[in-house]
Amino acid sequence: MATIAHGTPEIAAEEVNYLNVEHGWKSWLLTTDHKRIAFLYLISITAMFFVGGAMAVLFRINLLQPEGIFSAETYNRLFSMHGIVMVFFFLVPSIPATLANFLIPIMVGAKDLAFPRVNLLSWYLYIFGAIFTLYAVIRGGVDTGWTFYAPYSSTYSNSYVLSAAMGVFIAGFSSILTGLNFIVTVHKMRAPGMTWGRLPLFVWANYGTGLIQVLGTPVLAITLLLLFFERVAHVGIFDPNIGGDPILFQHLFWFYSHPAVYIMILPGMGVISEIVACFSRKRVFGYNFVAFSSMGIAVLSFVVWGHHMFVTGEAMYTSVAFSFLSFMVAVPSAIKVFNWTATMYKGSVSFDTPMLYCFGFIGLFTIGGLTGLFLAALATDVATHGTYFIVAHFHYVMVGGMVMAFLGGLHFWWPKITGRLYPEAWAKFAALIIFIGFNLTFFPQFILGYLGMPRRYHAYPPEFQALNVLSTAGASILGIGYLIPMIYFVWSLKAGPKAGPNPWGATGLEWEIQSPPTTFNFDETPTVTKEAYDYGPVEEIVG
Amino acid sequence: MDASMLGMWTFLITEVLFFGGMFAAYAVYRNMYPAAFASTSKFMDVILGGTNTAVLICSSLTMVLAVRAAQLSKRRDLILFTILTMIFGTAFLVIKAFEYHSKWVEHLIPGFDFQYDEPRYQHNAQILFFLYFCMTGMHALHMIVGLGLLTYLLVQSVRRVFNADYFAPVEMIGLYWHFVDVVWIFLFPLLYLIGHRR
Repeated sequence: MATIAHGTPEIAAEEVNYLNVEHGWKSWLLTTDHKRIAFLYLISITAMFFVGGAMAVLFRINLLQPEGIFSAETYNRLFSMHGIVMVFFFLVPSIPATLANFLIPIMVGAKDLAFPRVNLLSWYLYIFGAIFTLYAVIRGGVDTGWTFYAPYSSTYSNSYVLSAAMGVFIAGFSSILTGLNFIVTVHKMRAPGMTWGRLPLFVWANYGTGLIQVLGTPVLAITLLLLFFERVAHVGIFDPNIGGDPILFQHLFWFYSHPAVYIMILPGMGVISEIVACFSRKRVFGYNFVAFSSMGIAVLSFVVWGHHMFVTGEAMYTSVAFSFLSFMVAVPSAIKVFNWTATMYKGSVSFDTPMLYCFGFIGLFTIGGLTGLFLAALATDVATHGTYFIVAHFHYVMVGGMVMAFLGGLHFWWPKITGRLYPEAWAKFAALIIFIGFNLTFFPQFILGYLGMPRRYHAYPPEFQALNVLSTAGASILGIGYLIPMIYFVWSLKAGPKAGPNPWGATGLEWEIQSPPTTFNFDETPTVTKEAYDYGPVEEIVG
Repeated sequence: MDASMLGMWTFLITEVLFFGGMFAAYAVYRNMYPAAFASTSKFMDVILGGTNTAVLICSSLTMVLAVRAAQLSKRRDLILFTILTMIFGTAFLVIKAFEYHSKWVEHLIPGFDFQYDEPRYQHNAQILFFLYFCMTGMHALHMIVGLGLLTYLLVQSVRRVFNADYFAPVEMIGLYWHFVDVVWIFLFPLLYLIGHRR
């Protein structure tokens, strides 16, 4: 091999791994290797993230001036497409389709997911759905908000609802197939000795996510199909003028879309459990509680959707029940936060980049979660419903929570995925920038909402300008913060130092194999004899 | 249970939720407009619908016999029962097509050409007919997919792929087929029989 001259003798310069085993576009587009599919997904969702981010930049610019810069119609389309792209094409597949796709087979000691070809199909469905939605974007967008509320979306909207909704419909099946694959893999593909009680918490979290994907997404699919027929044929199912019930649309929509919120956060919680154990060098405090809180969240997620409809004419006693159930979700979520904190207590905490994102997650998720309690309370929700308070709340959970966890996980497992280390100083700098930018963007929105600024308006009274300018300034900092990792990750692919199998000295099957792994992960099926997170007293970190 | 069967069961749970959305809509609107919904039963052909129910139950029987034949390595039986299942499935779709055609003739196509004989129920009956077409249409689509799967099964059986050691695809397709039949068992009374009180 020509490269031997450059490599040091003890590290073979060109180990065979899943990245270099085959070359050419066919070897990628027809692959059934879960790691390559995860990589395909990573590229696709990153592209969609920047599409959605560009929309956000544009409408934040619009909000620099009280009277707005763009027309109201343009503004409506910008925030709608931002929501649709970010929710369905970034947040929902973010961790499950990339990190979990890559890691779950390795973590349970398997060669691949249970259905490798179904996994590839799920990526193609995602791309197919994305094409439909991007077609809608290019033709001029959708102005219904990401929620597609009827009868506006079915009767009155003059935008490209059909193609956007079909895109979401198709991408939904990609999500279902991912969840189905995870469930079967966790049940059937565990290596000898890998009992349920030894599964990494990341696997538990994604198992719970899989349940929600499988049970919730088909309801969204049928809802969008009914909407499709209503818009095409005007059969009246959601049109109150001819006997239809638009509230039914909201019930069906939120029956999926509230559990979907947990599709978007549970995998992030799984990532945090892994990172916090590794960088505290301790077993996660209360493993069983953290594992079962994932299940608890998955189950409760299906009985709280009505809290999105407190002001849409839901019966009072229904609202009371939904309010109570929504408060209950705080219990498993709080268990997780307390247990992560307790894991760090008397741990040997180090401040590597993944851990910085982990701190960011815990703090911001706590704010996002606690403000969620304000919104679960009936009276407060009536006052804050449809204001920027809601916008700030779910961005603290989705961006402050999930995107932080996604970036933390990406930094944590990047050496495993690519075999390369990223530049630590730049990474810490970017984490700091993102944290500052995020809070500057969204904290003012809590205040704006509290003061009564409604969401989804292109113009606002002049007294809100200072806070809006602050928020836009934060958004530009946040945007730069997201670009920095993008640049150094791409750079590290070629120029990053070799990582070795276990740069963090972490436990878990994924750290016992080479980086990047070979196509079938393990030369022979591993036998597991230890609990997860078997961190002894502070040990030497192998570089 | 092996992985492929668990995968199929999980997929069928997804399907239950998929149809569940339409059943929920049905429940809501039937509760809102009971009289209008009941009035539509006179346009539903109970004879054809009942025949179709019988046809599907027979197809379920031949399907499970096909699975049994595969488990016992009885290739000729497997081929025979697969063909019989396909015949029943096709018969169902043909009868369904006749029913759809009569709806077309009677101006009962919602959103396109809908003229109800009782003007006060014009809009509300239209919702029932929309649900009728949506639910039976989705069901028919699943039947067509099922027939495709059975064709694959037939080709593989002729090629001697299945035997007592390897019959997972037969079992999986069988599960799917039974699921589609069960959906119809719910659709038939909900759509055809609600107005027939004695």
